[in-house]
Amino acid sequence: MRYHPHSSGEINEMLEAAGAKSLDDLFRSIPEKLRLTRPLDVPPALDEVSLLAEFGRIAAKNRTEHAPFIGAGAYPHHVPPAVDQLLLRGEFFTAYTPYQPEVSQGTLQALFEWQTFVTLLTGLEVANASMYDGASSMAEAALMATRITDRSRIVVSAAVHPEYRKVLASYLTSTGDEIVVVPYGEDGRTDPAALAAAVNADTAAVIVGQPNFFGVVEPLGEIAALARKAGAISISVTAEAVAFGLLRAPGDLGVDVAVGTMQSFGNPVNFGGPAPGFFAARESHVRQMPGRLCGATVDKHGRRGFVLTLSTREQHIRRERATSNICTNSGLTALAATIHLALLGRKGVAELAKLNYARGRQLREAMGRAGCGLRFSGPTFNEAAFDVGDAEAVVAQLAKRGVAAGVPLARWYGDDPRMKGALLCCATELHTPEAIELFARTVKESR
Amino acid sequence: MSNPTGWKPRMEGSSSADPELSVGAGGATRGLAYEEPLLFEHQVRNRAGYSLPAPGGDFDPAAELPPELLRGEIEGLPALGELDVVRHFTHLSTWNHGIDTGFYPLGSCTMKYNPKSSEALARLPGFAGAHPLLPSEMCQGALELMFQLERALSEIAGFTATTLSPAAGAQGELTGLMMIRAYHQARGNPRRRVLVPDTAHGTNPASCALNGYDVVQLASGADGRLHPDVVRAAMDEDVAAIMITNPNTIGIFETHIAEIAEIVHAKGGLVYGDGANLNALLGVARPGDMGFDVMQFNLHKTFATPHGGGGPGSGPVAVKEALVPFLPLPLVVRDGAAYRLVTDPRERPSSVGKLREFWGNFGMFVRALALIREYGPEGLRRTAQLAVLNANYVRAKLQDSYNLPYATDSLHEVVFTDKALKPTGVTTMDVAKRLIDHGFHPPTVYFPLVVQGALMIEPTETESKETLDAFVEGMRDIAEQAKRDPDGLKASPQKPVRARLDETRAARKPVLRWKPGAKVEG
Repeated sequence: MRYHPHSSGEINEMLEAAGAKSLDDLFRSIPEKLRLTRPLDVPPALDEVSLLAEFGRIAAKNRTEHAPFIGAGAYPHHVPPAVDQLLLRGEFFTAYTPYQPEVSQGTLQALFEWQTFVTLLTGLEVANASMYDGASSMAEAALMATRITDRSRIVVSAAVHPEYRKVLASYLTSTGDEIVVVPYGEDGRTDPAALAAAVNADTAAVIVGQPNFFGVVEPLGEIAALARKAGAISISVTAEAVAFGLLRAPGDLGVDVAVGTMQSFGNPVNFGGPAPGFFAARESHVRQMPGRLCGATVDKHGRRGFVLTLSTREQHIRRERATSNICTNSGLTALAATIHLALLGRKGVAELAKLNYARGRQLREAMGRAGCGLRFSGPTFNEAAFDVGDAEAVVAQLAKRGVAAGVPLARWYGDDPRMKGALLCCATELHTPEAIELFARTVKESR
Repeated sequence: MSNPTGWKPRMEGSSSADPELSVGAGGATRGLAYEEPLLFEHQVRNRAGYSLPAPGGDFDPAAELPPELLRGEIEGLPALGELDVVRHFTHLSTWNHGIDTGFYPLGSCTMKYNPKSSEALARLPGFAGAHPLLPSEMCQGALELMFQLERALSEIAGFTATTLSPAAGAQGELTGLMMIRAYHQARGNPRRRVLVPDTAHGTNPASCALNGYDVVQLASGADGRLHPDVVRAAMDEDVAAIMITNPNTIGIFETHIAEIAEIVHAKGGLVYGDGANLNALLGVARPGDMGFDVMQFNLHKTFATPHGGGGPGSGPVAVKEALVPFLPLPLVVRDGAAYRLVTDPRERPSSVGKLREFWGNFGMFVRALALIREYGPEGLRRTAQLAVLNANYVRAKLQDSYNLPYATDSLHEVVFTDKALKPTGVTTMDVAKRLIDHGFHPPTVYFPLVVQGALMIEPTETESKETLDAFVEGMRDIAEQAKRDPDGLKASPQKPVRARLDETRAARKPVLRWKPGAKVEG
């Protein structure tokens, strides 16, 4: 077995040195009655050739020939081959948490660069070394807001990703905190009057998406101001990070905390995971932040280096009094995003965003010509909801042709009759103008 | 082909001999290392490292979106060419020690070899390019894979069903505790306390606190084990559960587990298993057969998914029948020949809900299943046998040089202390730093907390006898050097690109990012 290097001669030598009569003897501390008396009932061993063939067979059952026209929290983007080839350097992906910083400077400097990218994109002052995902990042931000304000009411827009809101509810199950959901308007944005009514002196956090789940751009400045007036923490949630290249940074608009996922940079959709959640906040909040933090320092010769720091917030020191229970981060996927952002750089981040906006625009025009108007009137980035009639039928029809059309919004917003025929679709740099035209025509034919 | 040049690594004298020429027990020597500034510190070059299609069309976003919500190019982002970026990250990588570099015996982390075939399989476009919201008929491959993994994990650990969603071990613990809470809630009383041994990993009590449970710490015995009478004294009808790692964090099997489980069950409590150390049990024993009701896996430990510099992990949670109704969504079920994701809470009304978006770290599922499929039942059992053999071999070879705090049998990891080095003033930290100069990643240090100056060594099954022999040689040399030249030890490490870093300074004046106009000096 290629990963088990021992010869039988070596095994015997080692057993003798260890004072054991046999391999079984090594397990004498496990009571007999607790030991397995049969082999595990898993499929028989495969050689590598068969293994690759078997997994190839399974992978082929996924229809991925065409880039999906779906976003909804996971965005199909071009990942340059350079990202993956750098990621595959064994020193990066086979290393672990940098507990011994002297031999982990590669990981640590890359994390410092990730943290810097996140602050530059979000316009905030400090970012951690990545979170499990966008949803848990949002939940942790809400918990942090309750700690900072010592209040227990979380106000969240109904236009925030439904999965994220479910996760928020799960995290808050045993805290006694209250979650208040504010409706969206005809423009697809959070209803300003309803929001103003919901935010009161007991509000710890105000949470909105940017762009929100419908792809619509929210007036973050006004929302942040409203929260600030009430002494609440404003939190923006971004699942399509490419938008940071075109939309004004949340921090610049007065938002206190920005969370979400950077999956759009450097990471394929991967059937939903893994991806790097991000968490950025103001410097004054740093000691209440969850997750790891990488900081600069010097070694004994005065040379600059990096270490994990402010660990007294974390589980391995504070145990039950930690700010969270987090141990691992999403380091490898954060590294992928960091490499991709480095390749894009200043011009590329802006250009990629403008390109995505252009594709979103082309999609809106093509769908309009196909008789599918916009469900919401608000401005969008690269994703929008269209009125297509029978959304589930359209999805099923296009699936037969191997095209992933989008997601019917009624699946999450079934109580809202306005959503009955709404299909949420996304277009990125992976969708050529021709593919977009064909898509819209195909949707029209399937109605 | 055996060693054609006749070269093999061996130490050349002590550390105080010419450091330029000395070769550590693990083969570490001097080489070319490159300094590399932060991406943002490179001179602004206005180069491009990307290639994208043109947007096409004649439009101006500023005319179509509210202008107050737009931004131009972001100040501070680098402007490097592709070759600049490639060299940057290549240089950074050379500063790291990974499993691919050398021995990495980090106790409790199971740093086994990460198969290259798993990396290739995870990157198949059919997997990497599958959107989580694809219609069911378009992602049968992904669903089949998840179903296979769920069945395999449930069987390996001896449980009824497994949820694949938790993003990491700690999130798995959170999920497990939420299910325990929901179970008790359904019976009218969520209860208020959870029993946790003093040897527990820090995530255990942290996860309890997040669920609103008070933690009651139980003292382990002199043999390193949890004893039934200690549990009996603490157990009552207000205790929701006990959390146990087995083998525990000292690498010792909790032989009283069956009796402990009975004591807890008798008062209506549940037994949570932290499955971090499952590598010692594969194919030999199953937590489900020991009385555990719920257990989280760490795919990045037992099933060799890459640690990636700190994550991502994946922490599926297995449960017995009684907890099945509370499993988080989604679940993958088979309807005849087709697979389906159950996401509707109306189908599973008692589900605790979701702890993450979408379905789990699918990229890790591919890798974990690839390992399980390549090993088969014999390979899995062999893994546990060799992991335990390796740890016991190291234990036997080092017990004369280092203090062994427990005479009790070790399974897959062994804990030493620095007690024997006390007269020299050399500490566990110094031993760790000196190991770096030998070419080894240090073991886990100062954990678990019940052991003073702990040095926890977990070789894993993928390491060969000659690697272990080299490690033993290095450790013995350090013990000798401690008597002969403690100052030399305290000067370690000297070979990596950085010497000991000032962690106090980093925490006192935190510098957590670069920003335009400021210098990052540390």
